[in-house]
Amino acid sequence: MADTKVRDAVRIDPNREPIVVVDDLHIIYRVFGAGGKGNAASAFSRILRRESRPSMTEVHAIKGLSFVVYRGEAVGIIGTNGSGKSTLLKAIAGLLPPHSGGVYTDGQPSLLGVNAALMKDLTGERNIVLGCLAMGMSPQETRAKYKEIVDFAGLKEGFIQYPMRTYSSGMGARLRFAIAAAKTHDVLLIDEALATGDAKFKVKSKRRIEELRREAGAVFLVAHQLDVVKETCDRVIWIDEGRMHMDGEPNEVIAAYTAATGK
Amino acid sequence: MSHPERLGSLGGESVGTIAEPPHVNDTLAAYAARYGLKQSAARPTLRKYIQDVWARRNFIWAFASAKNISMYTESRLGQLWQLLTPILNVAVYFLIFGVLLSGRGAIPDYLPFLVTGVFMFGFTQRSITSGSKSVGTNLSLIRALHFPRATLPLAIAVVELQQLLLSLVVLLAIVVCFGEPFTLNMLLFVPVLMLQLMFNIGASLVVARIGAFNRDITQLLPFIMRTWLYLSGVIFSLPSLMKPGSKLSHHPWAAELLKANPGYVYVELSRNALLGKYRHHVQGLNLEATSQMWLYGVAWAVIALVGGFLYFYRAEERYGRG
Ligand SMILES: Nc1ncnc2c1ncn2[C@@H]1O[C@H](COP(=O)(O)OP(=O)(O)O)[C@@H](O)[C@H]1O
Ligand SMILES: [Mg+2]
Repeated sequence: MADTKVRDAVRIDPNREPIVVVDDLHIIYRVFGAGGKGNAASAFSRILRRESRPSMTEVHAIKGLSFVVYRGEAVGIIGTNGSGKSTLLKAIAGLLPPHSGGVYTDGQPSLLGVNAALMKDLTGERNIVLGCLAMGMSPQETRAKYKEIVDFAGLKEGFIQYPMRTYSSGMGARLRFAIAAAKTHDVLLIDEALATGDAKFKVKSKRRIEELRREAGAVFLVAHQLDVVKETCDRVIWIDEGRMHMDGEPNEVIAAYTAATGK
Repeated sequence: MSHPERLGSLGGESVGTIAEPPHVNDTLAAYAARYGLKQSAARPTLRKYIQDVWARRNFIWAFASAKNISMYTESRLGQLWQLLTPILNVAVYFLIFGVLLSGRGAIPDYLPFLVTGVFMFGFTQRSITSGSKSVGTNLSLIRALHFPRATLPLAIAVVELQQLLLSLVVLLAIVVCFGEPFTLNMLLFVPVLMLQLMFNIGASLVVARIGAFNRDITQLLPFIMRTWLYLSGVIFSLPSLMKPGSKLSHHPWAAELLKANPGYVYVELSRNALLGKYRHHVQGLNLEATSQMWLYGVAWAVIALVGGFLYFYRAEERYGRG
């Protein structure tokens, strides 16, 4: 029967208010132009053989995840490289449509990822303005928040006038975090955005995450430094090859993960 | 498929779980619906979508301006290229068609005629070519931030409008140099430009959706565009080709078809507005009714804009998918 798989996998707490529900989620990437000889003759023979796309392959990145996140939770997502953490966050943000299953959220989730570069050729200044406007802020709100964002990002004097392609990865990540954190979010998804920051910035951003969590619904955090996850989150989900591996209390899950990955 | 590892690891220990779920027959989707949660990758209603796009109008303008600026940051002359490009274009066309091939023929003042055609057609042409890439080249932005995707092709149309406005400085200078007197008729150019912009936005939305799911279109478009350019009477005058006794005059349906072509309509309306001598020349041929051209112009603008927006909107939730 259809009801069994969901009932088996997820336990629902009736006393708390859910903010994100992930229901048997599958995400499949389509990759074009993988393999193949890549010359005109092979393309032609492909068409003759009626293969529609140039060597299209599918990557099944998320294979049936289900879980419920409640209001006020800070959830850490851990797993090895390529296990599907970034994909999961993109799907929760509604940026990658599911192949099957669904993601249900209250309000609009916002994703803060490592390569969330807006426009590399533009100055930090312009990126701040564009980012704020794209998030739906009015020009007045943008102006009001501008200084706060610059201060929070704490870039060296003058760098705000330079194109973002001249930034180090740490500086870029800081600016992006500062932009996204300028708004209160219903659900904030942070994907390794804090990884490249220095110690001072980490303290600042940790405080801001705490604030956002109080103001808003929930925070998801993907980070490779397990100590950051342990400090910031009150629940940890370990995914492996797109499947749920463990879900629970941070110390416990991280201990199991460390043991399994042999760190 | 169940998750045995997960059940094992749960073991009733993790925070906030209870022994038996309260709603045995409840699916997660129904549970989510009960708490008013919404599908996060769902397409908003059309009404909401239009509101969202309208709310991003500042973003569209800022994005377009930023694109325009970043286009020339690498070159030494920088922003000067925005003016130099149209001037060089004019020079090349004049050298080839005005001097070498001397296509001047019966058309009075060939240069302003040509320049108007090249600039106005180029406006539509570039809106469509860059519109087709607007989703593909901004995938990182699409996958990073949540905003109505229609703002991207819209911004592209605005980029082209901003470029055109600079070219118009060159165009007006040429028109004045050729001794066109300023007349009230020239004011008609403003509504022509608005209609053409509407058409461009619509067309750009259509190709943006096609280009998002089928990259082949970007390879094909240059050829389609070149064919269209020749069919639109950009470098020669279509009305002159339709003179009695000409080949086209024996196939009236073909002539009618050419006259309904939006590329031709907007170019010719612009010329009618800006170039007094050309207007008199064409009116002398008595082959095209201006009112009919305006009708076509309005119809194309409305159909393209409404149709294009709806067409783009209907795939909203799928843009950015891997
Ligand atoms: N844009 C993409 N196109 C195709 N496959 C992708 C894409 N992004 C990620 N993948 C694949 O999806 C899987 C999960 O990737 P990802 O979510 O980035 O993992 P993580 O963030 O946990 O390191 C990997 O196998 C990866 O190769
Ligand atoms: Mg990742």
